[in-house]
Amino acid sequence: MPDTSAPIAVEMRGITKRFPGVLANHKVDFAVRVGEIHALLGENGAGKSTLMSVLCGLYQQDEGKILLAQKRELSPVQIHSPSDAFDLGIGMIHQHFKLIPTQTVAENMILGLKDTPFNLQMTAIENRIRDLADRYRLEVDPRAYIWQLSVGERQRVEILKVLYRGANILILDEPTAVLTPQEADELGAVMRNMASEGKALIFISHKLDEIMAFADRVTVLRSGENVATVEVSNSSKTELAQLMVGRPVLFTIEKPPSQLGDVVVAMEKVSALNDKGLPALDNVSLEIRSGEIVGIAGVAGNGQRELAEVVTGLRPTTTGRITIRNRDMTHQPPYQFIQQGVAHVPGDRLGMGLAGNLPVSDNMIMKSYNREPISSGIFLRNQMIRTFAQNLVKAFQVLTPNLETPARNLSGGNQQKAILAREITAGKNLTKGDEPPFLVTVYPTRGLDVGAIETVRRELLEQRAQGVAILLISEQLDELLALSDRIAVLHGGEIMGIVDAAEADIEHLGLMMAGELHI
Amino acid sequence: MNADLIISILSIALVAGTSLVFATIGEIITERSGILNLGVEGIMIMGAVIGFAAAFHSESAWIGVVVAMLVGGLLGFVHAFLTITLRAEQVVTGLALTIMGTGLASFLGQELGPEGGALVGLTGPRFTEISIPILSEIPIIGPIVFNQDILVYLMYVVVIAATYFLYHTRSGLHLRAIGESPQTADAMGVDVFRLRYLYTIVGGMLIGLGGAHLSLAYTPGWSENLTGGRGWIVIALVIFASWNPWRAVVGALLFGGVNAIQFRMQASSTDIAIPATLLNMMPYLLTVVIAVLTTWMQRFNKLIGAPAALGLPYNREERH
Ligand SMILES: Nc1ncnc2c1ncn2[C@@H]1O[C@H](COP(=O)(O)OP(=O)(O)OP(=O)(O)O)[C@@H](O)[C@H]1O
Ligand SMILES: [Mg+2]
Repeated sequence: MPDTSAPIAVEMRGITKRFPGVLANHKVDFAVRVGEIHALLGENGAGKSTLMSVLCGLYQQDEGKILLAQKRELSPVQIHSPSDAFDLGIGMIHQHFKLIPTQTVAENMILGLKDTPFNLQMTAIENRIRDLADRYRLEVDPRAYIWQLSVGERQRVEILKVLYRGANILILDEPTAVLTPQEADELGAVMRNMASEGKALIFISHKLDEIMAFADRVTVLRSGENVATVEVSNSSKTELAQLMVGRPVLFTIEKPPSQLGDVVVAMEKVSALNDKGLPALDNVSLEIRSGEIVGIAGVAGNGQRELAEVVTGLRPTTTGRITIRNRDMTHQPPYQFIQQGVAHVPGDRLGMGLAGNLPVSDNMIMKSYNREPISSGIFLRNQMIRTFAQNLVKAFQVLTPNLETPARNLSGGNQQKAILAREITAGKNLTKGDEPPFLVTVYPTRGLDVGAIETVRRELLEQRAQGVAILLISEQLDELLALSDRIAVLHGGEIMGIVDAAEADIEHLGLMMAGELHI
Repeated sequence: MNADLIISILSIALVAGTSLVFATIGEIITERSGILNLGVEGIMIMGAVIGFAAAFHSESAWIGVVVAMLVGGLLGFVHAFLTITLRAEQVVTGLALTIMGTGLASFLGQELGPEGGALVGLTGPRFTEISIPILSEIPIIGPIVFNQDILVYLMYVVVIAATYFLYHTRSGLHLRAIGESPQTADAMGVDVFRLRYLYTIVGGMLIGLGGAHLSLAYTPGWSENLTGGRGWIVIALVIFASWNPWRAVVGALLFGGVNAIQFRMQASSTDIAIPATLLNMMPYLLTVVIAVLTTWMQRFNKLIGAPAALGLPYNREERH
């Protein structure tokens, strides 16, 4: 267990950081000890990434100072750029990977390093990387191109990159958000290993279980302020959640019995190819009824994305038939799907869900722009757009400085709420309330804080109660079990079996996900 | 066709392609850093006219080359200031540079001659062929490759140096990184701002050198519209070359070849009567064909696409 008398490695005092219209950090005090894993917890938009970006030199604070242990003494330092931070032994692994896809692992590793020789000796560098990888048990091939690597491998490259620079203070911003549970556990072990070598680690996560398992202390941020720093051993999940949201949080939500209606979507023996032209979906048959949530379980990359794209008309099918309310939709363009009330909350928020540079208001009307009252004829009605967007922002509690803010400036959780707001509303409007819409959600709570997760899950159940047919793709079994009526398991693009969520057996699901059981 | 004719066509192809190679490599370096400079045509023609004027007055072709490169570098700096510091739209800035450059060049062509007169029709110092002993005696290759003016030899050096720099040096790695993902490069401690300036200026210098090769070696002297749209061919060549210096040579030689054939056909009015206007169209037709082919090829290979951040301004405190 950590030494509570261990010296401070780095301390931030009274940090304030403003963005136009947003106070992201307000007089935050924060200190990390040598050899400790210090978790940073807070709602989406609480200012965690901002605080850490100040520490690693990416952002400049408006007020406050940073003190670093140098020769056993804590002295103030100026960090004007990431390379200043590296020189001081501070390295950050960002929430959005900072890797160059068209370059190799080794090339990414030495990027920006001043002491690499002008003539690159790649073999020597590759050997050093292999040594480091062995020492911290972070397997990766230094010659592979980044675009060839899985998300988990990219994460390892990110960590190695920081270690390669000899960082003593490592900041990991939501490193587990994109990992499978096993990969997350492995990462936990790696972090412990690093801490025991005397490194100080700052670990941001929304997953309370992980924080309880890996961290020594937690600092909780709320609306940019430090509300508490506590020892993990003296705290509990409930306490942490309450500190962070400012109210008690329910971890389990009530799922009322389902009110099943008619079949809304039916897929019959549908097959499709992935982006590389290889088979991704293999004879998938699935029906979703009004008022039903069908969950899709499976290890990422087993056809989930393709499935979501096929049922929203984005990806062509090679064989099979898709019908929506008995209307044949096979080979119809996405626009026709939308007209049938198909709503889509994609996994890739900024890539497919939002136009990052456009204001929040424009993003909100993207599925309603061509109808009354948003437009009349070929003209948009700005006043209506404002009211419409304002209503959605209010109803779904989207935290944004104003409606003109570019969508990319919202924190991850608020981007998700914005998409959800638009899609749910559009689906309803298009079917004019007569017929049940169909909602496809992919990883809807990825990267969200517990409060936001609760809101999103509640909203999905609320839609279910109103008769919407929902396809829920998630990598979290507990989420699938909590929300779904039935769970289908995808493996290698094939449905291994469909089980009733109420009677589902986790072990069976696991075997099906691994492709070892077919029912 | 006899061997002499082939040798003569290939030899002309090489000189005709040289200015294209300089400018294409210059533009590749600039675009690799993420800055799109559509001012190539303007910079080339300014390099050609001022380079020739400087050579004429100083009676030294080398001074002409140096001045042309300085002019190119200066125009590169203007582009850098507008697009990097002021974050102006890169396409518009580049087009403005071309329009300004062509206009200014034709004005200067009227003014920079002796006693403020015109440059047109004057003969000044020029680079002449130097044949390299022994090497130039290699059959076929010798007379083509090793019997050229000194700027062609300089071009060989530039191609090799640029390739080595880009793929085998630390700075080359940084250059590739800032054009692919300035956010990443910045987070890793690379000074994106400074390097983008540097490579836009260096690119401008090479483009200016390309212009000087026209007025001091290939078609010595100054005449109105000397570059004849070569700057635009360069833009297409960069795409054809997939931002790779070696491929740029292949593309430039192809265009040089078309140029050479055009040259010969016009000179030795053969029995096949092809109107000159149709012949003049050939390079541009080839540009279209190449653009289509390359786009099609790039669908199959991730590694030969444009630098991912090409044309996008970078601002550290903004989210991406
Ligand atoms: N570059 C920026 N420009 C403008 N506003 C920003 C910028 N970066 C962050 N913000 C705003 O500052 C606040 C804090 O954002 P930050 O990304 O630090 O939150 P976070 O705690 O990391 O959230 P999440 O858990 O969603 O990652 C948010 O309101 C966000 O919209
Ligand atoms: Mg964050």
